[in-house]
Amino acid sequence: MKRVIIFRKTGSFAENKDLARDIRINLIEPSIKKEKEVILDFKGVDSVTQSFMHALISETIREFGPKSLDLISFKDCNETVKNIVNIVVEYMQI
Amino acid sequence: MKIHLPNSAFLGNIDPFLKSFNTSNPKKLEITAHKQWISIHPVVLSMIAALGLNLKSKNIKCEQIEAKSRHYLKRMRLFDLLKIESGIKITEHEAAGRFIPLTQITDSDYLTKFITDMIPLLHLKPNQVEPIRYVISELTRNVFEHARSKIGAILCAQYYKKSNTIRIGIVDMGIGIKSSISASYRVISDSEALRLALTPGVTGTTHRIGGTDYNAGAGLFFIKSIAKVNRNFFVIYSGSSMYKLLRTKKSSRTRLYADPFRDKHSVSDKFPYWRGTVVGVDISLDTGEEFSSLLELIREIYSKSIKERKKALFKKPKFI
Repeated sequence: MKRVIIFRKTGSFAENKDLARDIRINLIEPSIKKEKEVILDFKGVDSVTQSFMHALISETIREFGPKSLDLISFKDCNETVKNIVNIVVEYMQI
Repeated sequence: MKIHLPNSAFLGNIDPFLKSFNTSNPKKLEITAHKQWISIHPVVLSMIAALGLNLKSKNIKCEQIEAKSRHYLKRMRLFDLLKIESGIKITEHEAAGRFIPLTQITDSDYLTKFITDMIPLLHLKPNQVEPIRYVISELTRNVFEHARSKIGAILCAQYYKKSNTIRIGIVDMGIGIKSSISASYRVISDSEALRLALTPGVTGTTHRIGGTDYNAGAGLFFIKSIAKVNRNFFVIYSGSSMYKLLRTKKSSRTRLYADPFRDKHSVSDKFPYWRGTVVGVDISLDTGEEFSSLLELIREIYSKSIKERKKALFKKPKFI
């Protein structure tokens, strides 16, 4: 199982899409390829932008299919972060 | 080019100011101002700064400003950014709680640092900060990703105590919305390009609905929605077109639409040509609408819109 502590990469406002893409390419996708679970830990993150979340997870959902979401857990998300995760996850499955 | 700082130019009454902008002789900039009082939205300052930054300071001529409020221009660092002498002397006060002066942002890391360092200076409550940093981040990243603006993004913001509102202006002098959107869509006018740019799921980086791994085509729709839910103005001006989201009355219900032309708005293709993109937005701080509730509203309309657009493109097999 891979645990990614988002706060350590982004601070309390996760908005840098370049960082999001790096996390996806270097930390999320290698685990998904091996069918290993990934925990995205948002403890300490007050807010994220939709662009950040899109760069973080959309391509994984597109490439590996919605089943990849069975391997990804979103931990310690506040209401704002949960809403943004829901927006991206929802439109990527339409 | 000639630009005149009027007595008053905010998003509600910005049209005459924009129409008075003279674009002839693009290698020179002449700035004049109202003689008594200047009261202007930050987007106006950002526009003037952006125009000047494209020129050498020797080609910028600013008349001696007589208006009593002239110190405001100095405090917002307009003359520092343009590297011209104004002759205006002020005593610097602590900026906290009132404004973010004109700032030029040219890369992603500096934007992150700017948001981290500058937003706390507004001394706002956490729930008030959320939409402001959201808007600044998304609009400035749009500039990096789509505008190809040599001067990057120019922005400034001001807090207005009386209306308890933050007004933000972000401007670039890049390729403009029409050129950016034209990379993936056929558009014939600037207003049509603005309409597409404000539609969820449309991005200049791909024709695919929902975007690429890096761009979803959602940024401007989110920002217009933030303004709409807060019953504020939102203005986007590019090429010869300006779209203005008008304020929703307090007595009316706010409904989000995927098509920006269904919102209460004004749009025209008859403005002087702006080479790049100008965005102005107001955010009321006392509407009481939680950012997370606003996102819930956006989620509903966003998904519905993507579904409808995909359905419209769905082809059935032809059996003959």
